[in-house]
Amino acid sequence: MKPRGARELPGWADWALLPALNLVLALLIAAAVVALVGESPLQAFRLMARGAFGSQEGIGYTLFYTTDFLFTGLAVAVAFHAGHFNIGGEGQAYVGGLGISLAALHLGHWPFWIFLPTAIAAGALFGAAWAAIPAWLQARRGSHIVITTIMMNFLASALMTYLLVNVLIAPGQQSPESAPFPRGALMPSARALLGDVGLHFTSTPLNLSFLIALGACALVWLLLWRTKWGFALRVAGASPGAAAYAGISPGAATIWAMLISGALAGCVGLNELLGSQHNLILDFVGGAGFVGIAVALMGRNHPLGILAAALLFGALYQGGSELSFDMPHVNRDLVVAIQGLVVLLCGALEGLLRAPLAALFARFGNRDRAPAGD
Amino acid sequence: MTNPAEAPAGAPPPALELLGVDKRFGPVHANRAVSLRVAAGTVHAIIGENGAGKSTLMNIVFGYHQADDGEIRIHGRPARIRRPHDAIEAGVGMVHQHFMLVEAFTTLENIVLGAEGGLRLADGLAGARASLERLAADYGLAVPLDRPVGELPVGLQQRVEILKALHRGASLLILDEPTAMLTPGEADQLFALLRRLRDEGKTVLLVTHKLREVMAVSDRVTVMRQGAVVADLDTRSTSPAELAEKMVGRAVQLQVERTPSKPGAVLLEARSLDLRDRHGIARLRDVSFALHAGEIVGIAGVAGNGQTELLEVLAGMRRPDAGEIHLGGRDLVSCGLGPRERRALGLAHVPEDRLAAGLVGAFPAWENALLGYHHRAAYGTGPLLSPSVAIAECGRRMETFDVRPRLPRLRASAFSGGNQQKLVLAREIESSPSVLLVGQPTRGVDIGAIEAIHRRLLQLRDAGKALLLVSVELDEILGLADRILVMHDGAIVGERPGDGASEREIGFLMAGGRPGSA
Repeated sequence: MKPRGARELPGWADWALLPALNLVLALLIAAAVVALVGESPLQAFRLMARGAFGSQEGIGYTLFYTTDFLFTGLAVAVAFHAGHFNIGGEGQAYVGGLGISLAALHLGHWPFWIFLPTAIAAGALFGAAWAAIPAWLQARRGSHIVITTIMMNFLASALMTYLLVNVLIAPGQQSPESAPFPRGALMPSARALLGDVGLHFTSTPLNLSFLIALGACALVWLLLWRTKWGFALRVAGASPGAAAYAGISPGAATIWAMLISGALAGCVGLNELLGSQHNLILDFVGGAGFVGIAVALMGRNHPLGILAAALLFGALYQGGSELSFDMPHVNRDLVVAIQGLVVLLCGALEGLLRAPLAALFARFGNRDRAPAGD
Repeated sequence: MTNPAEAPAGAPPPALELLGVDKRFGPVHANRAVSLRVAAGTVHAIIGENGAGKSTLMNIVFGYHQADDGEIRIHGRPARIRRPHDAIEAGVGMVHQHFMLVEAFTTLENIVLGAEGGLRLADGLAGARASLERLAADYGLAVPLDRPVGELPVGLQQRVEILKALHRGASLLILDEPTAMLTPGEADQLFALLRRLRDEGKTVLLVTHKLREVMAVSDRVTVMRQGAVVADLDTRSTSPAELAEKMVGRAVQLQVERTPSKPGAVLLEARSLDLRDRHGIARLRDVSFALHAGEIVGIAGVAGNGQTELLEVLAGMRRPDAGEIHLGGRDLVSCGLGPRERRALGLAHVPEDRLAAGLVGAFPAWENALLGYHHRAAYGTGPLLSPSVAIAECGRRMETFDVRPRLPRLRASAFSGGNQQKLVLAREIESSPSVLLVGQPTRGVDIGAIEAIHRRLLQLRDAGKALLLVSVELDEILGLADRILVMHDGAIVGERPGDGASEREIGFLMAGGRPGSA
């Protein structure tokens, strides 16, 4: 008994065609908005593309933003595979940044290659600790993780404001910022790293964290699809009944998945703080935790898809800011609106085109669909 | 080879006539030029294995799918059915296998749902109440109108669905696998109701894969295989064996041959198991029995009398409130052993609901072949999981157990019910258990696969394993079990030897009758 709409798409359409169509639709609507304010949509897209990829500087910034979205996108994906929707990436990244900053401020004089793993561990640990509370509440008390992680975002914000205003503020400072990190605790920039091997790259915030984020993609893939533990986690997420039958504890899966999720989100500070800001400031996460949700949705919760989606959002961020410089009628708010459209179409309304597309595939028969029964 | 008999002159036009209905889903030819004639005022059965195209055909008649080609005529008039609404307008009602009811709403509210008749709900409800009371009187279809549907037993919920269809003016009633959820007694009541509907002039189209139902209630039967009609027969002039052969395309043994059992040592023993659910209602009451090597013990009972809970308690998915389970010289309950530890001790489990527990539908077959055993060293060193080993092993098992299609990478939900069940059986049997718990091994499984599954279970018994078989199909218990325990209201109310047990006597115990007073 299959009602209409229960049809399925072939794999490649689900993975590539549908996201591409969603993106095109989002850009079409964005084009209409740009035209409405009296600018040329084509010119705007050209400016955005050039801003994101047209120069070393553009590419550097694009990949810098991509790094944040990789961490938060992976964080959402790991929780998702255990059957949970972690909305708390923003707060976990924020608190993770606290751990990284404390490490930098106190241990920054260590040799860098000893300090780096410590900083990663500190960020991951603080992020995981922040995720552990909703995880425990879900596993033991059944409190819904969507609700509790949202609340934890506000708590993170309040906690960090308190700490920065009252505790971590640099002596003699007016603005709530920590003291600058010691030089030895800073992430090597892409310019410095490429310079070491004799390549010239212009000065951008892009830094070693990008490679760490790529490593995290590989690690998440390995963990979820090539370990017994990842298998158990995915079973718990896909079918609680099958988990109970197989002797897999859903509570343990929830807690472990959320710890890893929080740890991944907690690494945003490596890029933003050690890589670019060089001290702890208010609101350094800047919404990357929420963009991670759209990135994970669009990337189908798979590291490769997340890489593509994070790159897209990185380009949108960088291209968008270029656009607001160059077009008099396009201000920062309009750029945010365009980014919002992409999030809306690729994230929230992800299934909008699914049913019509499936109907098209059903009509013009396709050999990829081969159900083995009715 | 469809050749519906020509209607005699002057007779009413057939209630439903399909002419050359053809439907493809991509490469799958679901319906091949199906022609069918359902005479008005009859009970007509469509029988076929899963995947034979019956459901697709009914979905076309009810407007869920559009045929690629062909014509539908209802009461002689060509009908253009693009959505369920059109079908209802044309006088077609459908009762789905899984009911489409809002459990928190009353019967009356469910029946008017979607046809409230204007803005004021009270008027619509009053009008509906009057017409429903009339319908109930006409067809002997009494249901409590003002109780929430969720509180009604399954048999009554089905009546609500039938009443809903009649209330919408259905003259042709399609029932899809109507007895899948019913007890034998409820099924008999349903058949009586269907006969009464027929006698009052309604037409009933029964979609099923159970031979017994066809023989019990239908006037005519159409057999489908691989999307096409392969036979159209008068029920009185056919037999279950003939129908089975036409469905499967070869001769089928409905009853697998069984040699007498040679019971050995006790392998598993349950002592005084008690279980209460969250609401404090007793689900198991003082359940004790022993399972010997080389025997199949069947648990007969109407669904919901504690069989599910018994399997879960034995498998370690639930903790009993009291009692002991002895396996391999240990009490599993007091040792606090879970499903994983019990598997290690040689206790395998084929769960009752393969889609909710036995398999993860979205995962490929090879990953499902690991479920419950994924931590074993054979599947990868330490924490690592090695897909190549598991895929190769899954491929071999598919060969041994004749799972089709033989694609370890195909997701489990894409297999038919029988093949899914074989995947579960393969996993549990290949783990070489000493005790196998089996719940509803052939629910929703094709006749051809049932035969193969029954053979496997008997082979296992003959190899000296102990099997506990829970099934709501009494035929299955009678055909396989060496001893039969009857459960009623959480307690074992009787034990009979498998050979020579009478269906009537077991059925009497299942219904809560006391031994000796039958």
